[in-house]
Amino acid sequence: MEIKLWINDKLITDNVEPDMPMLEFLRDKGCYSVKRGCETSNCGLCTVWLEGKPILSCTMPLMRANGKHITTLEGLQNEAMEFGAFLADEGADQCGFCNPGFIMNVLAMERELESPTEEDIKEYLTGNLCRCTGYMGQLRAVKKYIEHKRGVKFDG
Amino acid sequence: MLRCNNYVFAKSLEEAYELNQKRNNAVVGGNGWLRLRKRQWDTVIDISELGLDNIEENDDVFKIGAMVTLSDLEHDPGIEKYTKGAVRESLMHIVGTQFRNTVTVGGSIFGRFGFSDVLSMFIVLDSYAELYKSGIVPMHEFAKMPYDNDILTGIVVKKTPLKIAYSSFRNQSTDFPVVTCAIAIGSDKITTAIGARPSKADIRTAHIDELKDKEGYAAKIAKSFDYASNLRASGEYREHIAEVLIKRTLEKIEVSYGN
Repeated sequence: MEIKLWINDKLITDNVEPDMPMLEFLRDKGCYSVKRGCETSNCGLCTVWLEGKPILSCTMPLMRANGKHITTLEGLQNEAMEFGAFLADEGADQCGFCNPGFIMNVLAMERELESPTEEDIKEYLTGNLCRCTGYMGQLRAVKKYIEHKRGVKFDG
Repeated sequence: MLRCNNYVFAKSLEEAYELNQKRNNAVVGGNGWLRLRKRQWDTVIDISELGLDNIEENDDVFKIGAMVTLSDLEHDPGIEKYTKGAVRESLMHIVGTQFRNTVTVGGSIFGRFGFSDVLSMFIVLDSYAELYKSGIVPMHEFAKMPYDNDILTGIVVKKTPLKIAYSSFRNQSTDFPVVTCAIAIGSDKITTAIGARPSKADIRTAHIDELKDKEGYAAKIAKSFDYASNLRASGEYREHIAEVLIKRTLEKIEVSYGN
C-alpha cells in the first residue's frame, strides 16, 4: 500500500505490506530507538508521537499514520540529551534498554501537563516498564527536570 | 502481530458492514486486542475515517463514537462531571497513557472482554450500544449478545440522574483487574456490576431500601455472582474481594455525593 508520512519532519513515501507494523517500519527507516520490549502492548518501549501524542508503535496500525507526522527519539536529540543528563545525575538507569520509550513519554508529559504533581507523574508514566530499577531514580530525575523546565520548586 | 492480506479504510458504514460479513475479515478498533490473535485475516477493516471519533453532548445524552480513544473518554469534561470521575477511575489503571491514546472505546465494548473495566463501568449506566444494523441495544443486553458481524458505531449514555462510583482490584498496577465493581444508584434502584470474575461484567439490580443494611447488601450481591480461578486469583478470593469492593464503592458514593 502507498504511504506518505513525515518521520521527524522528513517526508517519506513508500510502498508497504498492508500489515506492516509501525514499529518495524520506523526501524526500517533507521529509527533504532524504537524497540519491541514485549509482545502485548504493555511495556511502553516502542513509544513514539503521532501528531504530538504518545502512542504505542507496536499497536497503532501503520496506515493510520498516512499523511501524518511521527516523532521518534531521533527527532528530539537536544531535549533527550537534556533530560538524559538528569537521569544520569540521579543514577536512574541501569541497563538503559527502557530509556527511549521512557524519555519519549516524559517529554510528552512535560508538554501536556502544566504543573504535574507526583501522582500525575506516576499516572502518566506508569505504562513505561523498567525491569532493573524501582523507578525512584527516574522519579527524582523527572521532578528535577520539571523544576528545571518550569523554573519553580517542585511542590507535588 | 496483526496479519492480513488487505487493509481497507471503509468509505461508509455500509461498506464496512458488507466487508465484515466475511468470516476471514475483521474490524480493527485500536488494535490492542486484534494484534494478539494468532490468525491471518483476509481483510482488516478500518473505520477510522468515518467520523466516529467524537464525543457529542446535549442536554439529555452523550454520544461517544466507537473510535474515540480511551484517553479522550478519560479526559472528557462532560463525562467527568456527569460521572463525578467514575469513568476516569475506570480507565486510568488500564496499561498506560500511550496505550489509552491508541485503543478505542468501540474495541473495548465490542470485545465484551472478561477483564474489561470499560464494560464494567458502562453496564451500570443508562447506556446503549449503537449498532449499524441492529440499532440501539441496552448495554446489559449487548453484553450478553453473541458475537456477530454487525458494526458498533458508538455508545449512547443517557444523563439519567445517578450516583456513580467505580473500583477495581489489581495484583499490580497496569495489569488486568482481578475484580471490577461499578455501582449506580438511581431514584429507587441500585445497580451493581461485578466483572473480571474472570468472566465478563454482569449486573444485579435491587431496590434502594436494601442499602439500609450496606454490609448485608454487599455480602448478598457478591455471593450472587459466579466466580472462577485463573492465573491471577482463585474464585474464592475473587468473591471475597468483590464483597469488599462493593462496600468501598458504596463508601465512595457517600463521599462524593453525600448520604
